[in-house]
Amino acid sequence: MASTPLNPPNAPQSLPQKNLKVDWVKLTLILGVTAYLLLVLVIPLLNVIYQALAGGFPGFWAALQESDFQKAVLLTLLIAVIVVPLNTVFGLCAAWALTRRNFPGRAFLLSVIDLPFSVPSVVAGLMLVLLYGREGWFGSLLEGWDVKIIFAVPGMVLASAFVTMPFVVREVLPVLEDLGKDQEEAARTLGANEWQIFWRVTLPSIRWSVMYGVILTNARTMGEFGAVAVVSGSIAGKTQTLPLYVEEAYKQYQTQASYTAALLLACLALVTLVLKTVLEQQTQTGDE
Amino acid sequence: MTANATSRRPHRRWAWPQNLSIPWQVTIGYMLLLLLLPFAAMFSKASTLPIESFWETATAPIALATYQATFFTAFLAAAVNGLAGFIIAWVLERYQFPGKRLLDAAIDLPFALPTAVAGLTLATVYSETGWIGSLLAPLKVRVSFTITGVWIAMLFISLPFVVRTLQPVIREIESELEEAAWSLGASPWQTFTRVLLPPLLPATITGVALGFARSVGEFGSVVLIASNVPFQDMVASVLIFQKLEQYDIKGATVIGTTMLLISLVMLLIINLLQAWGRRYD
Repeated sequence: MASTPLNPPNAPQSLPQKNLKVDWVKLTLILGVTAYLLLVLVIPLLNVIYQALAGGFPGFWAALQESDFQKAVLLTLLIAVIVVPLNTVFGLCAAWALTRRNFPGRAFLLSVIDLPFSVPSVVAGLMLVLLYGREGWFGSLLEGWDVKIIFAVPGMVLASAFVTMPFVVREVLPVLEDLGKDQEEAARTLGANEWQIFWRVTLPSIRWSVMYGVILTNARTMGEFGAVAVVSGSIAGKTQTLPLYVEEAYKQYQTQASYTAALLLACLALVTLVLKTVLEQQTQTGDE
Repeated sequence: MTANATSRRPHRRWAWPQNLSIPWQVTIGYMLLLLLLPFAAMFSKASTLPIESFWETATAPIALATYQATFFTAFLAAAVNGLAGFIIAWVLERYQFPGKRLLDAAIDLPFALPTAVAGLTLATVYSETGWIGSLLAPLKVRVSFTITGVWIAMLFISLPFVVRTLQPVIREIESELEEAAWSLGASPWQTFTRVLLPPLLPATITGVALGFARSVGEFGSVVLIASNVPFQDMVASVLIFQKLEQYDIKGATVIGTTMLLISLVMLLIINLLQAWGRRYD
């Protein structure tokens, strides 16, 4: 890459006397940015890998065999398997509904869907406690039915669904808006029913943005801490997801266990970033 | 929606709309159940508390100390990331250099990395024995388990906002504008302040506000890197969590409602900022 000019390709070429000075500015800025990102992002990420494997491979392997760890992995997967499809179906419905009809209050409804992103995650958990907890709205009703939502898996599902609700809508809505109704109407005049239109016409054109939304929903669901911590009670082996396991092990000075779980979650984050980058390229070519 | 419905069946105007399509029914039902019901429970619980006792809990010394720690630290983090994010976005959009694509992808790491992992690794790296903390220790700078650690955590999680709101704006500014300014005799500084800054300022402030809002509500990374001692480095989210752990539902509701209302005001401000930024479209 040494041959790459440090000048941006569109910079004016008519000012050669400035080149030397400008190069220094650029070099300083590039080095500064790299140093900042190293300090804040890259070194902490490398530290996760280092700490997980610092105790040698046997220690890492033993931490993987821990039963509470394995249960945390399974619970994390279970919650994602429930929440991601729910929010995907909701996201598709909401995006379709909001683009196919124009009505007063449309912008307002859109900002209501976006609300979970603005609610502090602990407050999101608190809301569910006030709704389903012992002193909550449905507390006595649920106790009568012997159904546990708070300090149990259903509460954790609700909390994860709450905090990830807007992702799919946000990604799909603009694409659906750009797409317009023409193709769907053409399919309708050709005799397709609504279901066929959705599967054969609409979905293929929005598939990349749906995928994008699904990946973001999944990453946040598996990584959510605050809201889930409030409603779960973090009971080892029962209501502990991977992020909760990371914290618990850290507090118990089980550094190896903590970092093993953290490494798994960091891998999830890296896979998410790679898929995101790939999908961003796809949406630039595919959806348009 | 109503205009369409009334023309067909005027007598069913406010009944559960059966003439709504299935996507509409799913959307409304799901939002009522999962989104609006929790909000309603929160506000109704808050409204049952007498105003005096609400005010007393919301402005108790420990609560005020956590607000101060939260907002002051979040502001410092958002402001630093405002400047750093501006430079990062500029460098990523305008310069070519090896490793650029990797850095660009790394910007999103705080969005993708679970906050508990971020808190864990930052606490280690910036501890007195950690990779970076051990370099700071001789300077008598302690980071982990102090308010500085909270600031580092907030710096981490709010990093992408300014960069990602600025990048598309920088991309759209035609370099002809800069060239025109230069050829008319403007100095680089004049070009920057008079030509480039005006369209970039709204996006920068929006990004700072988004990062600030995110930092204010942050829990996972902060709770792991801080010592969570009241009046020192305890933030509002941690106070809410502790009150819940002590079964002080009322106290948690008061602080939670206060933080929620502040968050909603910030959301409103961010929306206004975004509307302001759209003037340049």
